[in-house]
Amino acid sequence: TPLGRSRAHKSTIRRSSRPVSSPPTRRKAASRTAPDQTPESEPSSKGKAPSAAAAAAMESVEALVAHIQGLSGSADELAQLHGLLKQADGDALRAHSAGLLPFLSHLHPGAHSLGYLYLLDSFVSSSANLRAHAGGDLLVTVADFLTSCSADQIRMAPDKFLNVCRVLKNEVMQLNAPIRGIAPLRAAVRKIQTSSEQLTPLHAEYLMLCLLAKQYKAGLSVLEDDIFEVDQPKDLFLYCYYGAMIYIGLKKFRKALELLHNAVTAPMSSLNAITVEAYKKYVLVSLIQSGQVPSFPKYTSSTAQRNLKNHTQIYVDLSTCYGTGSYSDLETFIQSNAEAFQTDNNFGLVKQVLSSMYKRNIQRLTQTYLTLSLEDIASSVQLNTPKEAEMHVLRMIEDGEIHATINQKDGMVSFNEDPEQYKSSEMVEHIDSSIQRLMALSKKLTSIDQNISCDHAFLMKVQSGRERARFDYDDFDSVPHKYF
Amino acid sequence: MDVDCEVSAAAAAAVTNGLGGGEQAAAAPVSADQLDVEAYAAQYSGRTRVARLLFIAERCGVEAIQLEALRMAHDEARAREDTVLYLDAVLKINSRLGPRYRHDQAWVDSVNRRAEQRKEKLETELNGYRTNLIKESIRMGYNDIGDFFYAHGHLSEAFKSYIRTRDYCTTSKHIVQMCMHVILVSIELGQFAHVTNYVSKAEQTPDTLDAVIVAKLRAAAGLANLETKKYKLAARKFLETGPELGSNYSEVIAPQDVAVYGALCALASFDRSELKSKVIDNINFRNFLELVPEVRELVNDFYASRYGSCLEHLEKLKPNLLLDIHLREHLGTLYNDIRHKAIIQYTLPFISVDLNTMASAFKSSVSMLEKELAALITENKIQARIDSHNKILYARHADQRNATFQRALQTGNEFERDIKAMLLRANLIKHDFNQKNWPGQRKMNL
Repeated sequence: TPLGRSRAHKSTIRRSSRPVSSPPTRRKAASRTAPDQTPESEPSSKGKAPSAAAAAAMESVEALVAHIQGLSGSADELAQLHGLLKQADGDALRAHSAGLLPFLSHLHPGAHSLGYLYLLDSFVSSSANLRAHAGGDLLVTVADFLTSCSADQIRMAPDKFLNVCRVLKNEVMQLNAPIRGIAPLRAAVRKIQTSSEQLTPLHAEYLMLCLLAKQYKAGLSVLEDDIFEVDQPKDLFLYCYYGAMIYIGLKKFRKALELLHNAVTAPMSSLNAITVEAYKKYVLVSLIQSGQVPSFPKYTSSTAQRNLKNHTQIYVDLSTCYGTGSYSDLETFIQSNAEAFQTDNNFGLVKQVLSSMYKRNIQRLTQTYLTLSLEDIASSVQLNTPKEAEMHVLRMIEDGEIHATINQKDGMVSFNEDPEQYKSSEMVEHIDSSIQRLMALSKKLTSIDQNISCDHAFLMKVQSGRERARFDYDDFDSVPHKYF
Repeated sequence: MDVDCEVSAAAAAAVTNGLGGGEQAAAAPVSADQLDVEAYAAQYSGRTRVARLLFIAERCGVEAIQLEALRMAHDEARAREDTVLYLDAVLKINSRLGPRYRHDQAWVDSVNRRAEQRKEKLETELNGYRTNLIKESIRMGYNDIGDFFYAHGHLSEAFKSYIRTRDYCTTSKHIVQMCMHVILVSIELGQFAHVTNYVSKAEQTPDTLDAVIVAKLRAAAGLANLETKKYKLAARKFLETGPELGSNYSEVIAPQDVAVYGALCALASFDRSELKSKVIDNINFRNFLELVPEVRELVNDFYASRYGSCLEHLEKLKPNLLLDIHLREHLGTLYNDIRHKAIIQYTLPFISVDLNTMASAFKSSVSMLEKELAALITENKIQARIDSHNKILYARHADQRNATFQRALQTGNEFERDIKAMLLRANLIKHDFNQKNWPGQRKMNL
């Protein structure tokens, strides 16, 4: 029989991560008639089989389906089912994947997630199938599955899950309807995460869809979780980059800066394109946010420190030009390099940098003057007319960036002190919650420190250090810092 | 005086009569038009006289004074047989002064020939001493050669020769003598790092030094600090210079210069208490200040908050001071500093200051004053804010309580951000985040 190949076929080992519930190595073996395999129970033959071979194939699939239905109860059964599925998975299922679709309707995505996943995965892995069913119910099916699958079950086969998600993403991109992928992928992210602090490859995909669909708020829910566990470098960089772009779209520059900072200062031994792009945006956002670009902190990798600036020369020049404080110089510089900025898709940000220069100059004035006429503001900030100055000041007052009152009769602006007295109950709550958050963070830090102190590798290093140093034990306090 | 310029005879007479001490008639600089070149040059001796005359000729705008200075420089250089300076002077004169001042190559050649002969003689003598290995003679030999080079304007060779005597110095007197020579040459060469070096060397000799020498060393140190822009140290050194200096160091500096430099640097860099204790109450320094009554008035005005008249005096002194070889580059900075200090001190005692009154006190316009104040506020030197509408300056005292809250919240935010980033990085390193692996080797799902 065509399905009778019992091969122990080791597929390419797809290791996604270590901390995630490590998937056991999957061995794909054909199922069915190998005598040493667990006999299947009642094969229920329902379904049409155009040919004898196909019929046999269908039968086996049906058998599988029945297993799935039967064994999706408790954890032990699931383990057994998983073994079965792994054996069934392979060219066997794949070769007849076209016919798998109807079987899916027999299974419930929530209860039989694992089995559903296997079938779905082999179905979508073949591009022929995808083309045949493009745009149709397939999307709906997949979306449904993602939203309603059971987290425990799918975590047993994360690679397949990721594969299915990726296919979904590709489909919605092809259909130019990224928004259709948002809700399912968000559910998927939540389900495959083992903890809310973990970064999965799906994060980056999800954020990319949000960006393309311009649904920035949708991205927020995922971005708000702090990430502490990362497995794949590319995930982190893409996550930081897309996340920062979402924050930029929402004008939350401070958070964008945090993400970009992480992307730029992550340990790396060779430069990658994502970091270069991230650095470009980092320069622009720091100019908007604080008027200057901070220098690399000392934990930045030497690769980044040495090479980043070479690849982003005009941005470095832009920041020096900004530092001079002259609006017209900056404007001419931007005009002359407009093309370069356009190709990087950063022109919008660059324009924001330009307008932030006015803001910064006006803010500087608030430090020096109590009242100032609009003409003087216009001349010192290099605006053309007092009317424009008034508009700028008005906008800044509305955005809460300065505290001032405009006296139109005299053409004067009076700058006031920050009215915040730090006495209101909201402020007290805010301070209190900050304290709680920081204490939790501090505890986390201490526990990690303790873990490392007990770590075998660390103790070995300390040992060898002890032999080498031979002086006094106080030297060892400096050793832990190497790990951070 | 054959200088074609207005000399206020009364002023000149008063100046020459009213000042005591010193054989030379010291003319306090009054204004560029009235600069008495001869009297000025008379304060100095040696090479510096010629150098200063050439400097004045270069920088002064008035032709008559230029020519006068060049003429004197030429005569002096010729008398000293210093061919380098002679050629320089002749070049600058450019035949403007008549046939006597034209380039006399014959004279130059004869001087050079004589110099060569003398040099050979000295060198043979030195070699002789060297073979005899008599330390004292070798030292004197090198000294003589150094003097010879110095007299003929070859400063770097003089410097080298003087440095060589170091190995042959036996007593501290020798060391001091060597240091003084080196200091002299270094000042002329403009290498003030060496000056500071050798001053400290000389001061460290175990024997107690002659008061005159101590004063000379202080003055030299002050000069070095001034040229390296360390105005506070320069002021201190000048103020410590004892009155024994007199005109003993005329080959470098005149006592009037000590007074002027010291006072200006002190005004620019000292705070009020230092100014009072070190300058105004300083008895030693008072002797110097007597030589330049304008500067004394200046300092007193500043201390008594008569800023208008103080700044006026400064302006009057400015043209002459610009002709001073050491002070010229620093004059701008010093004047600015003094002016800023005056403004800051003026605003210090008040809660509010009317800008109009202040402008008249400082004799400038309100808008200029406003700009200056804005600059000072931005540099955080004045804690105040300007009410541009009513032209009033209000002192502003930061609200400590609010500032503390703000800082606390900000520190909290920064801590949070940094710790999170750090934990992330720790995690990355823990997973051996080595990018060499991921581009091709690992098969990823995406």
